Amino acid sequence: MSSVITISQLAKHYQVPEREGGLKAALTSLFNRKYKTVKAVDGITFTIEPGEVVGFLGPNGAGKTTTLKMLSGLLHPTSGEVSVMGYEPRKRTHDYLQQITLVMGNRNQLTWDLPALDSFDLQRAVYGIPMDQFKVTRDEFIELLDLKELVTKPVRNLSLGERMKMEIVAALLHRPKVLFLDEPTLGLDVTMQRRIRTFIAEYNRRYNATVLLTSHYMADVEALCKRVIVIHHGRILFDGDLSNLVNQFSSYKTLSLTLQNPEIDLSKYGEVVSKEDGRVTLRVPKAQTSQVTARLLSDLQVDDLTVEDAPVDDVIDQVFSQKEEA
Amino acid sequence: MRRYIDFYLSSMRISILSQIQYRVANYFYMIGMITEPVIYLVVWSTIAEQQGGAVGGYTAGTFAAYYIVWTLVRNMNIVFTPFGWEWRIREGNLSMELMRPMHPIHNDIAYFSGWKFVVILLWLPLAVFLTWVFKPTFDISWMEAVVFFIAIWGAYLIRTMLLALLGMITFWTTRVSAIFELYFGLELILSGRLVPMTLMPQWVQTLSNYLPFKWTFFFPIDTLVGSMSTQELWAGVGMQVFWIVIGASFLSLVWRAAIKQFSAVGG
Repeated sequence: MSSVITISQLAKHYQVPEREGGLKAALTSLFNRKYKTVKAVDGITFTIEPGEVVGFLGPNGAGKTTTLKMLSGLLHPTSGEVSVMGYEPRKRTHDYLQQITLVMGNRNQLTWDLPALDSFDLQRAVYGIPMDQFKVTRDEFIELLDLKELVTKPVRNLSLGERMKMEIVAALLHRPKVLFLDEPTLGLDVTMQRRIRTFIAEYNRRYNATVLLTSHYMADVEALCKRVIVIHHGRILFDGDLSNLVNQFSSYKTLSLTLQNPEIDLSKYGEVVSKEDGRVTLRVPKAQTSQVTARLLSDLQVDDLTVEDAPVDDVIDQVFSQKEEA
Repeated sequence: MRRYIDFYLSSMRISILSQIQYRVANYFYMIGMITEPVIYLVVWSTIAEQQGGAVGGYTAGTFAAYYIVWTLVRNMNIVFTPFGWEWRIREGNLSMELMRPMHPIHNDIAYFSGWKFVVILLWLPLAVFLTWVFKPTFDISWMEAVVFFIAIWGAYLIRTMLLALLGMITFWTTRVSAIFELYFGLELILSGRLVPMTLMPQWVQTLSNYLPFKWTFFFPIDTLVGSMSTQELWAGVGMQVFWIVIGASFLSLVWRAAIKQFSAVGG
């Protein structure tokens, strides 16, 4: 099976003017302008197979959005190679744009004063979607996202989350084969996030679409992505299964206990993270987990004990901090 | 081709529906817009009367006709502006439009075309009112009426191309208001918006023949108000087609460079 997305040594560098503050520096810069090279993306390589849903993770400024923009053809790479379904994105050919979509949290393709149904119809015309297919897809998405009562209301009367759901529908009406999703759940409440996650998963399942997703909400990533790519300072730090990321980078496990006497001092067993409603959470070095667990069970009267991997959020933080220190 | 026709019709429909939502605002906007020609009309009518009834062949009645048709042509001249391009880039909306398998200019042309239908509908009562007040002199043949209808859309397309070209500057720099104002100043004088071109000094008239501006303003008005021969009428339409082709060709060339520039700096 050939890869849908192939990226090889992809880089995007910017020349950014740089000067000190103040009048003297401003005047000097008129005659002697200095530039700094910012390596937004610095030689990344990966492939994505058909139907894969991959989480693209990294802190702000890591190079995620720049990469998505190069993949969708909005930015020209400084160097390296990109191929999506055999197309070179920067050429932005009609056929290519017809088969992809880019959803950004701030995207606005709906007409503010009209019901979303009118904007959906415009999308039909933009992409030349046959009327039968359009109606089937539109109604299917409206049902999946529970939008029936909302599509006839002017967009300006919808909440942020409702608008975002409409934006996603509009972006997918042409049934793209490759989805670039940049923070699709940004700023939404938990219920709305879950709804959108379910929808993306269902779209992926029904159309075998390939999805590259960036999100700061780990719940999105955990629910949708088996594989994650972690990027930092424009370079890839990790590419593999989410579970491997946790195994590789997490140096501790979390033990949650319910004790008959919760006031007892547990600091000799590990770092006490929290103590709430009789339940204590301990952080223990991974290598000592079984030993500490055995000691706890033998020393104390334990009603309940669970051992869990560190939360993915913490693991990602740890990945970034380890690399910063290195 | 069928797909583009479908798109144009859909986009025009969306535009008409949107503008109907703002019909009151649109009406006040149009009422505000007639202030300018009414001032010109009053001034020139007064001068004509003081000079024995006519200035350069224009009587009070033909001035009235000129400036009443002016109000419609001015509305047809409203297109997506260079300031709009600046906003589009700054707000990131251009990225969204670039994701469509269609050049953004199509949406601009289609959307503003739809708006024109609303504008023409709203203009009719105003035209009746101005006709009642200023008593214009019209002598229109069916040929002139046909050419006028074509010419107002020709004017719309020329100005769309020219202002889109001007808007391309914003891909390189966003401090372009001074350039835009210079352009609009030149256009005011050389298009016939300020005063009929035949009242301008000969050298200005000669200069205007080599520039696109008068084909967006003076020519459409003159098809109804002037006394051009059939040959002159169609030659004028030919000049409009010439400037549309020139504008579209330059836009296509500059667009390629502009989009590379956009890609280089992000957005």
